[in-house]
Amino acid sequence: MELLVASATGVMTAVGIYLLLRARTFPVILGLTFLTYAVNLFLFAMGRLTINQPPVISAQASGYADPLPQALVLTAIVISFGMTALIVVLALRGFLESGSDAVDLSDADEGDMEAVRTDGDKARLPS
Amino acid sequence: MNNWIVLPTVLPAMTAALLILALPHHLKHQRVVSVGSTLLTLALAIGLLVLAGDGQPRAYFLGNWPAPFGIVLVLDRLSAIMLLLTAALALMVAVYACAGWDKRGRHFHALLQFQILGVNGAFLTGDLFNLFVFFEVMLIASYGLMLHGGGAPRLKAGFHYVAINLIASTLFLFGVGLIYAITGTLNMADLAGKVAAVSAGDQALLKTGAMLLFAVFATKAALVPLHWWLPSAYAATSAPAAAMFMIMTKVGAYAIIRVYGLIFGAEAGPLGAIAAPIVIPAALVTLIVGAVGVLASRNLRDLVCFSVVASMGNLLIAVGLFDGPGTTAALSYLVHSTLTGAALFLLVDVIAQRRGPQLDRLEPAPAIGNETLLGAMFFLAAIAMVGMPPLSGFIGKLLILDATRGAPHASLIWTTILGASLLMMIGYARAGSMIFWNNTEPVPSSGGAALGRAPDRLTGITLVPILVIAVLLAATAALSLGAGPFTGAFAATSEQLLDKAGYVRAVLAPAAGTGTGGN
Repeated sequence: MELLVASATGVMTAVGIYLLLRARTFPVILGLTFLTYAVNLFLFAMGRLTINQPPVISAQASGYADPLPQALVLTAIVISFGMTALIVVLALRGFLESGSDAVDLSDADEGDMEAVRTDGDKARLPS
Repeated sequence: MNNWIVLPTVLPAMTAALLILALPHHLKHQRVVSVGSTLLTLALAIGLLVLAGDGQPRAYFLGNWPAPFGIVLVLDRLSAIMLLLTAALALMVAVYACAGWDKRGRHFHALLQFQILGVNGAFLTGDLFNLFVFFEVMLIASYGLMLHGGGAPRLKAGFHYVAINLIASTLFLFGVGLIYAITGTLNMADLAGKVAAVSAGDQALLKTGAMLLFAVFATKAALVPLHWWLPSAYAATSAPAAAMFMIMTKVGAYAIIRVYGLIFGAEAGPLGAIAAPIVIPAALVTLIVGAVGVLASRNLRDLVCFSVVASMGNLLIAVGLFDGPGTTAALSYLVHSTLTGAALFLLVDVIAQRRGPQLDRLEPAPAIGNETLLGAMFFLAAIAMVGMPPLSGFIGKLLILDATRGAPHASLIWTTILGASLLMMIGYARAGSMIFWNNTEPVPSSGGAALGRAPDRLTGITLVPILVIAVLLAATAALSLGAGPFTGAFAATSEQLLDKAGYVRAVLAPAAGTGTGGN
């Protein structure tokens, strides 16, 4: 089981990093998802791998599974789930507004960026 | 008394919930509640600073679970100073946003309150995993603030920012997981004792975890080579958000001071001072990159972004010493660079609004309204940022130079700091003369009035932003005027940081009356 968990974590991390380095938003998001899966599994294994053990104290138990990593993983899952939803919406809005799902900023974007910084400010000043 | 410690996190959380649930469509009420609540947070921070002034670290046990089993918030001088700085900055940002930026999108004030919650929590927590959670709260709010106002380029730069921070968060979890696997605890005070006792076979793994965490904090603190996200993100976002983000880079620096001073400090046996060999070289390169960036910038916003990178370089050189004078200098510079950076971001926004189609690009444009006043403010802010006398940047830099005097390669450090100051001075002088002196004739628009020329009289809505910037600049001047007492307070803080036993005692073995918690 150690081999299985360790190689699964390793493979998912490798896949995640590879996908993160792609130039389009969709693979990048998939890469982030893989990376969070990998870290969840990793955190889970940090409490040591135990089978058929209760997590909290019971009179009959011969040993215990560490409950803390399970709580940590739960928190990490909630946060990464929310963040994935956010970045999907962000990528979608970026695609719809700019017509491209490339990750890098083009020169045109740099030009637009200067405009967007103060966009709408002129309306505030009396002309 | 210790129950007050939890309030800097509870108050912004409640305010943000109120703003979203009860007042989602009432901008005027939102402004009143947001500014009022931030004022309360400021008063609270002042109260906590007074409380921490007796030099005794205090712990608040959430749910009254004893450490290291429950989560613990710790108030000492360092966290009290950071809380006060956050509240003061947030108040300025909230007031500035009321002058118009909060109309560009919804929920600016709620996001700002969530940001205050995350930052305050990160400064108070005494638990590594809780630090991760507060980092996430802070970052989630910052994603919203960063995108405030919308627009395709901001969305694209926002995607970078979110992706980088998600990667950093994942690394944070890997690091925390490794540390927990080896030591069986995530309480910082508990870790401080256990790291030294780790068996030889586990040291490599623990070191890996510690260095992964360092990579995360270095990303937050914009340390080279993990700084590239900062200029594009801060340049793309709105001015009040960029000003508020000035505290976020400082959270990274704070985490380095806390974790690598307390847990992996010099006493931690074979794992002692593991970050020290990396911080100073990386900080020197950061300083150079920032200074060259200032020189190469083609618009004012980029100029400020790169001077923020350079200031993080200066700050981390002092942090990297991990000794008393170094930490004193770092704190002094930290407060200064937060206020000055925020003033500059807001000032650039005000200038760009008045320049018409040229915005903040460094090219000739018609003279702007209130040129003398804005020019004088830019001059003062530039002096403070570059670190010339008489403003606070000079004091901070002087303390850093003094603290590094005995360090190895002191001559290299001095040359870099002074050379970078020169480059930045040239960059700012060039930018200032281009913006304020290289004026073209006003272009008459169809209506006959000069295009982009704002009225000279400052009334009502145009006055608020200028007043905010003036207050920030006055604060840096006050830091300089009161350099003696302020430096004394920072020195007391660094002394308290070096007394790790006091911190550990306050958390793990609270005496009756000083460590009571509640729920």
